[in-house]
Amino acid sequence: MISIDNKLYIRDIDTYIDPFFPVERAIITHGHADHARAGHKHVLCTPETSEIMKIRYGEKCASSFQTIKYGHSVKIGKISVTFYPAAHILGSAQVLLETAKHRIVVTGDYKTILDRHLDPFEVVPCDLLITEATFGLPIFKFNKPEMEIDRLLDNISKNRENTFLIGAYSLGKAQRIIWLLREAGFSDDIFVHGSMDKLCDFYQSKGIKLGTLRKATLDNKKDFKGKIIVAPPSALKDRWSRRFENITRCYASGWMQVKQRAKQSQIEIPLVISDHSDWNELTNTIKQTGAENVWITHGREDALKYWCEKNGIQAEPLSLQHRDETSEL
Amino acid sequence: MKAFSNLLSDLILTSSRNRKLSLLEQYFSSTPDPDRGYALAALTGSLNFKNIKSSFFKELIKEKQDEHLFDLSYDYVGDLAETISLLWDQEKGGNMPRLSSLFENLKKAKTDELKNYIINILNISTADQRWAFIKLFTGSLRIGVSSRLVKQALANYGNVGLEEIEKIWHGLHFPYINLFYWLENKGCKPKISIYDIFHPMMLAHPLVMEKDLVAANPKDFVAEYKWDGIRVQVVSHGEGCRLYSRTGDEVSKSFPEIIKTIRGNFVLDGELLAGINNEPKTFNDLQQRLNKKTPSEKFIKTNPCFIKVYDVLFFNGDDLRDKTLIERKKVLNSYFRTNRSPMFLSETIEFKDWRFLDKIRDISDKQIHEGVMIKSVSSPYIAGRPRGKWFKWKRNPKNVDAIIMYAQRGHGKRSSFYSDYTFGVFNKEKELVPIGKAYSGFTYEELNRLDKFVRSKTINRFGPVREVEKTLVVEIAFDEMSLSKRHKSGIALRFPRFKRIRWDKPTNEVETLEQIRKSFLE
Repeated sequence: MISIDNKLYIRDIDTYIDPFFPVERAIITHGHADHARAGHKHVLCTPETSEIMKIRYGEKCASSFQTIKYGHSVKIGKISVTFYPAAHILGSAQVLLETAKHRIVVTGDYKTILDRHLDPFEVVPCDLLITEATFGLPIFKFNKPEMEIDRLLDNISKNRENTFLIGAYSLGKAQRIIWLLREAGFSDDIFVHGSMDKLCDFYQSKGIKLGTLRKATLDNKKDFKGKIIVAPPSALKDRWSRRFENITRCYASGWMQVKQRAKQSQIEIPLVISDHSDWNELTNTIKQTGAENVWITHGREDALKYWCEKNGIQAEPLSLQHRDETSEL
Repeated sequence: MKAFSNLLSDLILTSSRNRKLSLLEQYFSSTPDPDRGYALAALTGSLNFKNIKSSFFKELIKEKQDEHLFDLSYDYVGDLAETISLLWDQEKGGNMPRLSSLFENLKKAKTDELKNYIINILNISTADQRWAFIKLFTGSLRIGVSSRLVKQALANYGNVGLEEIEKIWHGLHFPYINLFYWLENKGCKPKISIYDIFHPMMLAHPLVMEKDLVAANPKDFVAEYKWDGIRVQVVSHGEGCRLYSRTGDEVSKSFPEIIKTIRGNFVLDGELLAGINNEPKTFNDLQQRLNKKTPSEKFIKTNPCFIKVYDVLFFNGDDLRDKTLIERKKVLNSYFRTNRSPMFLSETIEFKDWRFLDKIRDISDKQIHEGVMIKSVSSPYIAGRPRGKWFKWKRNPKNVDAIIMYAQRGHGKRSSFYSDYTFGVFNKEKELVPIGKAYSGFTYEELNRLDKFVRSKTINRFGPVREVEKTLVVEIAFDEMSLSKRHKSGIALRFPRFKRIRWDKPTNEVETLEQIRKSFLE
């Protein structure tokens, strides 16, 4: 048996997965700030995740990086570690910890629907599945993102006087939205907030075509009528957004499934586009891995735990700190 | 139905008042009769279905979805219609019928057909349509649109004044064909008999002395007690008398002894109070009576009521609403010279300066009241809450410190936030007992912090209720404290709300139940 505890610490190899505090050895599932922190000594992750961490935290954010690609393994002591695509953002990985007798999968954040700019999610059979549950309630059933993009484009074509400010997390969501817009045939220049242009460049360097992007500064352009500006969600309410006139606030997130939530954040066009699994994806994944035990790292754990137990699967919530329900916002 | 569900979706996500008005106007101009009339009824809360209530939909969804998962979802979303619309799986494509035919079909359907008809409707519609459809049955729409805003949109649409619509509103009938004809200049203004309807009341603003009256001359104002009962409108004519509550609901049936006695041709405005011979008792006493929709004769005898009248809208066929308050008061004075129980003239308070009134509002030994009303002598009777005419100057609230014990999520705008708090104090046995529940008085930032407190300090969960660590002291403001057998603490607070959150105050400095009973009840 591999020994792992509720802080995702693997005793046999003295390694943490996605620790929030600096440690000697860390495996990092993906580059989001609630999973990847600066200051660890030795980091094991995918090549893309290491590049993202260096872009965000600087070249020296860890003493050493060891990278392995999807489908490749390293052996640490008696445990073999393999990464599989999690289809959450570029470089996001599920971690398989394996001995001859025991298989543990830590999903990190993931989605299972096909997202053609990322490697497709793979189901990895295991004994213990450690899953997220950000959208672990049966009300979360996401439509195809293409439908949401079409709704946005339709709205833009009818309101050419307005400026469309889309709130999207700087890493992953922003690039996915831009990519989806391009796939839908939107060829106009897209303006981006200063905090995301490096990450957009990084995506482009990996062959993900985002078209012409320009910085959303007033020096660059005075008139943003009918244009799309992509900015991190925090900038939507910030002073930063006041420089634009006639703003229509849009927000791309799974949370936008609930109208009252959208209303609370004063969003006029909610785009229900999530990089996390919805209820059906979560429950299907649990079934397909054949796991007898499920640990739930963070999210709406009550409902998922209940579902597991009803389906004869042992489940336990970990309620990992620092990954509360607003972490995606 | 598609147009209506789009309208609701757009309205709920729009914060600008002007944008809401233009969405409504667009809808009224582009939707044919009678559908727009049905929508108007739904938006103003006048669409009623007898057979279908929210419980009907709860039962439906529980047949399709695990009950516990439904409860967790409902707790999270905080809106029944939205929860069910999201949990329901669309089975096949199709179109929900028009609003009017939907309504007519539901009316025609026999009880045993109703369920299958509705299931079919839900199966063929999109989540947004299901949401709008279920909202028709679950009471208030909660989309950030008041009836008044809808009427304003109608006024804009027909280029008429809002007051004109308000004045005839309660005499109009669904689906409002003649109203739209008038607004579109295709017909004349609907004729309404003044004695058939409720007339929207004139309301007061809370007084902010420094802002509202410091520079004003006391001689230009009349002062009255602010009675602690319920506001009623007395509509009386040859064929009988009716009583309406502030919201226009008819409450005549609950007060048969009063409407039986009143004779005359008038519309009066006043306060219904418990008591006899013009001596009011407390609101608590009135509450006993209000709890009974159709009281027995014996109950009426032991719990009598009367009305203090302070304004008149119509008298012997004359519309007095455009006259000044002083002129209206003259009509009342002369009427009450000869007429008595169960109606009495609400007395005016003689005063020379504001300081005198300030003292009066806090004294309640002789008269049971909750402060004073200050009204401009020249004010006409204007429906709604016009600026600068009437003011209410409530008694200063009382305050007590208490400890947060439980929290529950709010609904509507505050769904997902833990915004409903139960608080308590220690009794003699050093046991913490709840003394009330409060939902308001904090800012949005404070709510965020309270919500975080609840989430991180939860020690127990009972369904949707979270028990929290007993560490946070809040200062609660309330209007009145009374004895109550219903609560373990033996006391009840009237209108408790947060005054301050004492993040720093230790719980052992909070006064005990015995101490607060002593200071507020003895």
